[in-house]
Amino acid sequence: MPTFGPDQLFFLMQGLKWTLLLSVISFVGGGVIGLVVALARTSGIGPLKLVTRGYIAIFQGTPLLMQLFVIYYGVALLNVATDPWVAVSLAYTAHASAFLGDIWRGAIQAVPRGQTEAARALGFGYGARMWDIVLPQALKISLPATIGFSVQLVKGTSLAAIVGFVELARAGQIISNLIFQPLLVFGIVGLIYFAVCWPLSLLGDRMERALAAGAR
Amino acid sequence: MYQLDFSVVIERFPELLVGAAATLGLASSGIVLALLIGIVGAAMRQSRHLLPRLVVRAFVELIRNTPFLVQIFFLFFALPFAGVRLSPTATAIIALGINGGAYSIEIIRGGIEAINRGQTEAGLSLGLSRLDVFRFIVLRPALRAIYPALTSQFILLTLTSSVCASISAYELTSVAQKVESDTFRSFEVYFTITAIYLALSWLLMALFGIVGRRAFAYPTA
Repeated sequence: MPTFGPDQLFFLMQGLKWTLLLSVISFVGGGVIGLVVALARTSGIGPLKLVTRGYIAIFQGTPLLMQLFVIYYGVALLNVATDPWVAVSLAYTAHASAFLGDIWRGAIQAVPRGQTEAARALGFGYGARMWDIVLPQALKISLPATIGFSVQLVKGTSLAAIVGFVELARAGQIISNLIFQPLLVFGIVGLIYFAVCWPLSLLGDRMERALAAGAR
Repeated sequence: MYQLDFSVVIERFPELLVGAAATLGLASSGIVLALLIGIVGAAMRQSRHLLPRLVVRAFVELIRNTPFLVQIFFLFFALPFAGVRLSPTATAIIALGINGGAYSIEIIRGGIEAINRGQTEAGLSLGLSRLDVFRFIVLRPALRAIYPALTSQFILLTLTSSVCASISAYELTSVAQKVESDTFRSFEVYFTITAIYLALSWLLMALFGIVGRRAFAYPTA
């Protein structure tokens, strides 16, 4: 019977590659859509506000696993030949867009109103006002929470294992079934996740303290 | 073109409702355990000794930086290895409690540190024991301050409990998986239970709101 050796570790690393790729794609995709969601949510335009508020509430009020299932099987119904990989990325992108949208909504609203009013008084249009005045300040406010969410996202990609996508957690399951040493394998898998997430968490904590100190 | 057909889901709806009740049971047991771990852990973090502080810190970081799925798998295999034989549902409760507990420790700690040290000193100088000072002067106001953060963490725990289906614990998602494998109506089944989860989290939100207004309705200076 094989034991845990370099081959098994290599297989886990292959899984880690997909975990990281899925995390990055959904963070970037979710970031772009999330920015649109945040802007729509803070636009002051009734219908836009309502729709994005509902969008955020649905993603925050349902399990990530269900979002994954519904989008995964929903895409399958569309009758276009797609890779499972596309469906999974789509699900995580939608998930990230709602959470990042809400984090950034809060950050935009936390920028003092006087900034917007001053920009308006100086004749800045909406685009310039947002891009040059509000968003840079909002970005700084939102950084700790944004980094915190990226940790949630990396951990959340493990659920793709349940629909059979071979990322780190699924790779761990496969090896565990082969060598019958679940404690060892899941221990190592956990440590790999920890090695990815902990530095991010520490960075987020440090920024939060810096921000709190700056606000004092 | 695929025709959506919710009739099978409607037919099995009572089963799904029982599953939803099971999810509430699973989650509330997990929440009680998480709260216990949170309080004990937060108290340990206030300790004068280094070791308990260090142990709690390591526990919190380890849990917060690894996926729940990996935690529940690990526990699922670790418990029998340690000679503890539990049902998947009991294992799931422990996993949820441990996971939610780590987050609760951090939240409660934040609340405790927000309490003015002078309050503790005043309590001690009035002759209260350290335990009584912790219970009456630190914990209760701290709980009130962190109640919103703590309860949204508990709603998150309820949603996370869907992952417990992966070790075949009995709850809403595992019931849905059974209905799905009987009917092959994956989208319809999961769409429906997603709506049920949404209703559950709104129900909990309303409930926590009512409880919070009652429990913390005491005057503050």
